[in-house]
Amino acid sequence: MEMLEPLLAAVSHRPPENSPARNPEPFKRVSYQAVQGALRKALRGERLTFEDGVNLYHAPDLGELGAVANEINLAKNGRDVYFNVNRHINPTNICALSCKFCAFSRKPGEPGAYAYTDDEIATRARLAVESGATEIHMVGGLHPRWNLKTYTNIIRVVKEAAPQAHVKAFTAVELDWLARRERKTVREVLELLREAGLGSLPGGGAEIFAPYVRETICDTKLTAEGWIDIHRTAHGLGLRSNCTMLYGHIEDVESRVDHMLRLRALQDETRGFQVFIPLAFQPENNDLGITKHTYGVDDLKNIAVARILLDNFRNVKAYWIMMGNHMAQAALHYGANDVDGTVVEEKIANMAGSRSGMKLAHERLLSLIRAADRIPVERSTTYEVIRRFDNDDSKATAEERALA
Amino acid sequence: MNTSEINCPPRATHAFHDAGFLASIETRQRVGAPGWQEAPTLPELLARDDARFALSRALWETRVPRVHEDLLKARIDAMPEGVLKTAHLKAWNLERIDGEEGLALLEHAELEMLGLLATRRKETFHPHRKATFLLDRNINYTNVCRIGCDFCAFYRRDKEEGAYTLSHEAIFEKIDETIAVGGTSVLMQGGVNPHLKIEYYEDLFRAIKERYKLHLHALSVIEIEGIARVSRLTVAETLERLKAAGLDSIPGAGAEILVDEIRLDQSPVKRHAHRWIDVMKEAHRAGLPTTATMMFGALEEKRHVIEHILRVRDAQDETRGFYSFIMWTFQGENTELLKKHPDIHLTTAVEYLKVVAVSRLMMDNIPNIQGSWVTMGPKVGQTALHYGANDMGSIMIEENVVSAAGTSFVLDRAGMIDLVRRAGFTPVHRDIYYNLLAEYPEYELGNQTHPSERL
Repeated sequence: MEMLEPLLAAVSHRPPENSPARNPEPFKRVSYQAVQGALRKALRGERLTFEDGVNLYHAPDLGELGAVANEINLAKNGRDVYFNVNRHINPTNICALSCKFCAFSRKPGEPGAYAYTDDEIATRARLAVESGATEIHMVGGLHPRWNLKTYTNIIRVVKEAAPQAHVKAFTAVELDWLARRERKTVREVLELLREAGLGSLPGGGAEIFAPYVRETICDTKLTAEGWIDIHRTAHGLGLRSNCTMLYGHIEDVESRVDHMLRLRALQDETRGFQVFIPLAFQPENNDLGITKHTYGVDDLKNIAVARILLDNFRNVKAYWIMMGNHMAQAALHYGANDVDGTVVEEKIANMAGSRSGMKLAHERLLSLIRAADRIPVERSTTYEVIRRFDNDDSKATAEERALA
Repeated sequence: MNTSEINCPPRATHAFHDAGFLASIETRQRVGAPGWQEAPTLPELLARDDARFALSRALWETRVPRVHEDLLKARIDAMPEGVLKTAHLKAWNLERIDGEEGLALLEHAELEMLGLLATRRKETFHPHRKATFLLDRNINYTNVCRIGCDFCAFYRRDKEEGAYTLSHEAIFEKIDETIAVGGTSVLMQGGVNPHLKIEYYEDLFRAIKERYKLHLHALSVIEIEGIARVSRLTVAETLERLKAAGLDSIPGAGAEILVDEIRLDQSPVKRHAHRWIDVMKEAHRAGLPTTATMMFGALEEKRHVIEHILRVRDAQDETRGFYSFIMWTFQGENTELLKKHPDIHLTTAVEYLKVVAVSRLMMDNIPNIQGSWVTMGPKVGQTALHYGANDMGSIMIEENVVSAAGTSFVLDRAGMIDLVRRAGFTPVHRDIYYNLLAEYPEYELGNQTHPSERL
């Protein structure tokens, strides 16, 4: 053993710490002690630092990282995995911003640009609740001609068409735009929207907080501080919200950890976040020149690190639409306890078939969660349990039949 | 019994002793393949980066108690006595796992436990954190087949529209292209064409071997039986003549699930599991090494998967001719099987990873386990490297059978290198026998391209 000692020094594999690489280079050879130390801290329930977080991303053994995240998740949530039955309505794709990663937005008059009428929105909302949705998720572009009245009206229309549905709508980016346009404070805007029926805020628009990434991917968008302030305000008003992180583009590991820690700090302050949602970058039609989907191992690692770092979050979501079914399912063993909902595509062409689409999505989600040895639990937007499909198959099928 | 009573070999010596390059050399010796080298001496080993790294890793690990090992031990110790606990203990202690225990693992073990245990066992074969891939071409020389399995979307009946048999020239052209991109072997498989007798294959193989210096990995059990039948030869004679004509090794395709009741349903003519095993053993005796495969996720139950693994393992104990175990999942679209059984539950990621891990744990006599990015997608394929797989299979330049069933995952060399590296392993381009052809060590800055990737 002693004889071999000098060999350790001869191993020249370790690159310098804090490599300036922008692109996340995972599995940088970090010291085993550092990784093991961070993992042990996490298991003891201690809070992890920025360096710990970066080390976790470079941990060489995915299985080990996952096992720790899984352990923490099991202690918090057991085997329950949440999903909800929801529908997305994107009232417009016309947007004043031009974020480089966005494939959705159109300029006014550009082919494919649309803005729904009240009727179109009402029909979608009605169809959604008829097929069992408990939540309407609404986000859209920053339409240059829409004002506060338009927004309150949209919420009212949805609420009239679907009084029992929870309306989770408008990202911090939209709220900021609206407030500036109306020369009101965000607080005033939120109060008015809440009066109209707004239930909670989605977590979009956070992207990556670190300025050196943000200025490249979305320089015209609301700043990190602005995003956090708006969520702080919402939490202050008693509105709960979600938070996201867009990964898999040009960000580095450090900026991911930084992002999570900023969210953790606000959560300490307000306890208003319900769930953390990492969003895998979709490479189709972006202006960043990125052509690759995220790596499966990176998806899982991201979930695991989030679960370990965000000690004050109860829920971490594996958003199946972005990660893909397979990875979302595997992520349930890496610390995720939510797979989002039965999001149904809301194109007009699909409207006739939306009911069966919803049913199909619902069954697929149930079987996906069960095949992962987890218990599907339908939740409301605010994470109250609606129905627990415990693993007794006959019972579950009866319930499914009733639902269908 | 609990984990503290287990006498585990000191990891440093054991990792050193079993270091992957030794394992791969041993594999080559075992299969008696051409081109294996003499085992390196200790100074030679220590001159190698991978050896030093394996060693330093082992030393680090003995110094620093690993979190996952503590977790594993605690979880195993907390289990109630029973077959599941015994299975976990045996897996932990690197002992042979029997069928009942394997089934308990597959049915009831936690995914993360299986992943950690499978990785532990994998590291006894491959402690060097490398993952290999192959670059070759599957030349489907004919699609005429008298069998017609339910799950196959590739075959045509004789004289049916779209039926073909490739000419020598067409095959040479494909081989030229393969060699041009750095391939050192070709895989040749086709239907069971009743018009092709052994002379066709002898001519073809001789012609290929005359023109090219390359490894011929060809045919399958069912084709060999077909050739023997139409040529009125025994299987042993057929194998001998094919080997003399230039056949180097045989892919283990067509094993599907080696359980008679399932095979009857999936393919009425590929009837008996024991015949597959017999032909494979015959090949090993004739000096032709082979791979073994398993296609799951169709009609079988978990116990059938275990039975399959046991059958292959038993045969391996006897003949030592399998050098790799390859898993595929059933492809849904365009197959008769799916039309007959539309309610087939297609394999999900967690189920797939469990099968990979249990295979690694049970296959203690086959060094290499190959995941399938082709059927499960690159994301899951990459993840399988953390569940016991050490090989990504081939960047197939042409694969008609799987693509006929609707799978269209495509990877080039750079994509494969990237995929392996981002899974946390050093990518290695290997040949059929797991000889290392080129290694793509990690580099430090993300935006630089490795020179070899610009090809």
